[in-house]
Amino acid sequence: MSNDLQAEQQLFVDTPARRAMRRFTRHRLAMFGLGVLLIMVTVSVFAPAIAPHSPTKQELSLYRKPPTETHWLGTDTFGRDVFTRLIYAGRVSLSVGLVAVGIYETIAILLGAIAGYYGSKLDWIIMRAVDVVMTIPTMIVIIFLVSILGPSMYNSMLAIGIMGWPEPTRLVRGQILSLREMDYVTAARSLGLPTYRIILRHVLPGVVAPLVVHATFGVAGAILLEAGLSFLGLGVPPPTPSWGNMMSSAQTLNILERVPWLWVPPGIAIMLSVLSINFIGDGLRDALDPRGMETG
Amino acid sequence: MTKYIIQRVLVSIPIFFGITVIVYALYALAPGDPLAMLLGERAMLEMTAEEIEAARESLGLNDPWHERYIAWLSRAIRGDLGYPLTGGYTVMELLQQRIGPTLLLMATAFIVSLVVGVPMGIVMALKQYSWIDYLVTVLAFAQLSIPSFFLALGAMYVFSLKLDIFPTSGLQTIGAPFSLWDRIHHLIMPSFILAAYFAGVWARYTRSSMLETMHLEFVTTARAKGLRERVVVVRHALRNALLPMITVASLSLGHLLGGSIIIETIFQWPGLGMLGWQATLNREYPILMGIILIASTTVLASNLLADILYAVVDPRIRYD
Repeated sequence: MSNDLQAEQQLFVDTPARRAMRRFTRHRLAMFGLGVLLIMVTVSVFAPAIAPHSPTKQELSLYRKPPTETHWLGTDTFGRDVFTRLIYAGRVSLSVGLVAVGIYETIAILLGAIAGYYGSKLDWIIMRAVDVVMTIPTMIVIIFLVSILGPSMYNSMLAIGIMGWPEPTRLVRGQILSLREMDYVTAARSLGLPTYRIILRHVLPGVVAPLVVHATFGVAGAILLEAGLSFLGLGVPPPTPSWGNMMSSAQTLNILERVPWLWVPPGIAIMLSVLSINFIGDGLRDALDPRGMETG
Repeated sequence: MTKYIIQRVLVSIPIFFGITVIVYALYALAPGDPLAMLLGERAMLEMTAEEIEAARESLGLNDPWHERYIAWLSRAIRGDLGYPLTGGYTVMELLQQRIGPTLLLMATAFIVSLVVGVPMGIVMALKQYSWIDYLVTVLAFAQLSIPSFFLALGAMYVFSLKLDIFPTSGLQTIGAPFSLWDRIHHLIMPSFILAAYFAGVWARYTRSSMLETMHLEFVTTARAKGLRERVVVVRHALRNALLPMITVASLSLGHLLGGSIIIETIFQWPGLGMLGWQATLNREYPILMGIILIASTTVLASNLLADILYAVVDPRIRYD
């Protein structure tokens, strides 16, 4: 076989990864979500360069001014620029979502792998713990936890992270239970590979796809949770802006009616980011679902 | 069947004890001296060290944690959840007062979400990949993505402040005698907003479940028999597609309760959610413990009921 032909064949090899990529890029809503999210992330990362004003400097002469040319989205009760705070809040809200999900997916991989691979007693204990935490209404316990730990950005991440692990743990365990019976895992075992190596190299990679989908929807959910906590005054404390705490002043009817530029922009920002991430999650699920392989 | 039920009940018992352990652990983690919580900081300043020690001893606060947990648990099972710091009611009495409005709000929201969400899902499944599927998909995702408090503020702004159609808060018009219409009038906004998210969940769920069912052989058989499409969809496909939703419905209970914290706080709806929120502000931990305990036990019971119900409707489950 000549080298040219070999190169050509390599060019047209249709790997599962490529098929998944193709399905993902064809998913219109996911592409829209990815675009919006990329813009939001870029703006958040470069917030200090983009923001026209300081997010925390108070200017009492600018008390609740409606949108103007210098203050695109008006100013708040302390005379701070709402547009600037919106941009900085994006950093907080997006990173709380990411870190909280990072915490619970890590717990889920550990517990799920132990339960799924070792089975028997450990499995029973872990799965009952999953049942227990899934039965307890999450939001109330998160509020309880944050009130114990004190409201802060890190405690919000921690509280959401502590309560989120049961569902992905079930997912990882179920996936491992089915993968463990696969011939190639039996082969690895009969070759005498140590258990940790079988789990890490041969079983966990098969868990990644469903976990990525779950984590994507998880980030959307965590952003909503943090926004709710901050709105109630239990999440990120002022003066640090988060989309949720920027809206909490609208609990008074006076601000709700007369100062809509205080609560409408952050509300739209939350909705747009959560919507985009959910779209991406939907696209990933369609792309990574092995049952959809033949239609790619 | 009896064997299956007994087995499910037995599995629930360790879960119930797990819940109580977590609730007690949260309480044990809470900052502040439990004695100060019981007697008040000021009363403690006037006591001598010996008196404080004697009070601790008599209240059992010096016992090891597992003894305190068992003492708390045996009281809680008998319905004694302790006293809040303020007001003349016990925690149990407070919960009894507040559970009614919450159940009303949750039940209404649950029905609204089904009535809105399931038809959305059916339409999407029947018209898969059409423009209407796209439109309803975007709508369902919007319902899943909008924060409930933003929706609530927006609805208040439009329907209460601008159009003056619905009241902004409360269970009924202040000072007016109870009337059914007045109650419904106050219920509409909070329940529809609480329902919005779950309508999105139902819509997505119904769509995928319907799509799966529509490809099964018995649906093809029904078509081949020459049944009208309406009968095929409603009697054959939808019925089977909705079966697994018994489990989803029971799982949504806890989320509905969590969602009601924010909705009740915004609309000043005097239910468990608003009580929990006030208890958090005032650090009334016994109230929070009571709410979590009651809510979790309810969810546990409804999960059990859903499992049994599912086994009744779908006999294959029992043989797993």
